[in-house]
Amino acid sequence: MTIASTTQQICFLVLSAAVVAGSLGVVLLPNIVYSAFLLGGVFLSVSGLYLLLNASFVAAAQILVYVGAVNVLILFAIMLVNKKETLAAIPGLLVRRLLSGAVCGGLFALLLRVAFTTPWALPGPVPVGEEATIRIGEHLFTDYLLPFELASVLLLMAMIGAIVLARRDVFSTDVITGEPADQGLIEKDRTPLLIEKATPEPTLLSKP
Amino acid sequence: MLSTGLLGAAVVAPGLDLQSSFIDLAQNAGLTAGAARLLWLPLPMLLVLVGAVVGVLVSVWLERKISAAVQQRIGPEYAGALGVLQPLADGLKLVFKEDIIPARADTLLFSLGPVLVVVPVILSWLVVPFGQNLLISNVGVGIFLWIALSSIQPIGLLMSGYSSNNKYSLLGGLRAAAQSISYEIPLALAVLAVVMMSNSLSTVDIVAQQTGAGIFSWNIWRQPVGFVIFWICALAECERLPFDLPEAEEELVAGYQTEYAGMKFALFYLGSYINLVLSALLVSVLYLGGWSFPIPVEWITGWLGVSPDAPLVQVITGSIGIVSTILKAYLLVFFAILLRWTTPRVRIDQLLDLGWKFLLPIALVNLLVTAGLKLAFPAAFGG
Repeated sequence: MTIASTTQQICFLVLSAAVVAGSLGVVLLPNIVYSAFLLGGVFLSVSGLYLLLNASFVAAAQILVYVGAVNVLILFAIMLVNKKETLAAIPGLLVRRLLSGAVCGGLFALLLRVAFTTPWALPGPVPVGEEATIRIGEHLFTDYLLPFELASVLLLMAMIGAIVLARRDVFSTDVITGEPADQGLIEKDRTPLLIEKATPEPTLLSKP
Repeated sequence: MLSTGLLGAAVVAPGLDLQSSFIDLAQNAGLTAGAARLLWLPLPMLLVLVGAVVGVLVSVWLERKISAAVQQRIGPEYAGALGVLQPLADGLKLVFKEDIIPARADTLLFSLGPVLVVVPVILSWLVVPFGQNLLISNVGVGIFLWIALSSIQPIGLLMSGYSSNNKYSLLGGLRAAAQSISYEIPLALAVLAVVMMSNSLSTVDIVAQQTGAGIFSWNIWRQPVGFVIFWICALAECERLPFDLPEAEEELVAGYQTEYAGMKFALFYLGSYINLVLSALLVSVLYLGGWSFPIPVEWITGWLGVSPDAPLVQVITGSIGIVSTILKAYLLVFFAILLRWTTPRVRIDQLLDLGWKFLLPIALVNLLVTAGLKLAFPAAFGG
């Protein structure tokens, strides 16, 4: 066994262990902040697996999109609404846990069966290596053009939806209640604070 | 991963290739090819790590001296001649300081945060070229790898901000994340315009595309808008002064680093300066011709009548390449330091307005114009 293949095997084992343990941690840890940070670790390990498969562009894109954008946004959302409150136990928690555990176990069994029964073509096709970036670009603009455009339309819809939800005050009627919304908040003039303060408030002065 | 010189094989002069020379030497000494490569692997990594740390020491010294000159002070002068040893003294002081972890802090995340900030920055030095073959690894995704790695940093900042259990730290961490997400997009779009002209993501290819006519073939003439966008965004990503809101002293004590002391604080400090030097190096690679000299070295060797492939000439051209890369980068570091002492800090709303409503549309227009120019004048814009 050469040095390169040994290194590759060790890396594969370490990364797979990190992915499995990290994902279990994401699901099972009670502290949601730990879960979110572990999710970032899982994404990083997955991109390491891509690197082992000679797909460096996909690995870098994985880091950029999932770690740099998705995970940071998840963390951002958690930290902005990080209320310290003890949640009341839902009735029938044990049954719910058992049910979801059974569903996950069934899915796992199904995937295992698929993995073992599929006749994998081993060894796979020759990795294209550094050519991969060009190949991905070609595919995105020829035979995968429709899925690519559909995904971009979907993202645009999500973006418009987010703007509508976030800036309800811009529209004359509230999208949810149908009542006229208050326009005063956004159209307020910028009055210089210091000049306003120059007229003294009588209540403060008359205080003994 | 170590495929040095794989893609840049088609370029004019092969230049200095220390790796192949070293492996040849080791194989002549009776080692196998694999063992020779294994022996070679740590050498450039160690060299670049040492180079990055020395670069930080130099830029810290420059920062102190230049800021002193701007404010008509003298600055450090007792530690070594002109105070050159001052950064070393600072570093030594930080090493010997007590490592304090606040009682109510989250110990694990508190210790992991600074590491997550520094490691991606150091990893990004993988793609910084100092010559045709003078880089750790000429990976095909080159500059994209840097963009991807620099997006890990905000997670470390959020982590240290959250785990300090301090409202100023948390605010600083959140600001850092918001800032770095907003400025990553125009930064990537500015890089994309350059990549479009050079038809490759590899840093070596990007520099090779700027050689030929010396200073006139540098990308700064073809991408002036992109250069300005990239530099603004790079300053914002480094949290340098017009954009240093995450650690604004007057508002947030010191932002996410408030609770840190000793070596953990030193890691943040080191990370921010390594990032500054790295950004300056990448500006010089993307827009200022990287290692190429203002007058092409091939012309000079032609005038002198020496062969560019002679060993001595190769060593000299290699050294000129390294020196000019570093000079360009430190010129930019100088501008960054001057900017620090001449511009006031922007507010958070101004920062986000600048990023999303000004730089992003301009960067998109720049990309579109570059695409149009590339179609119209393929000879000048790398068709």
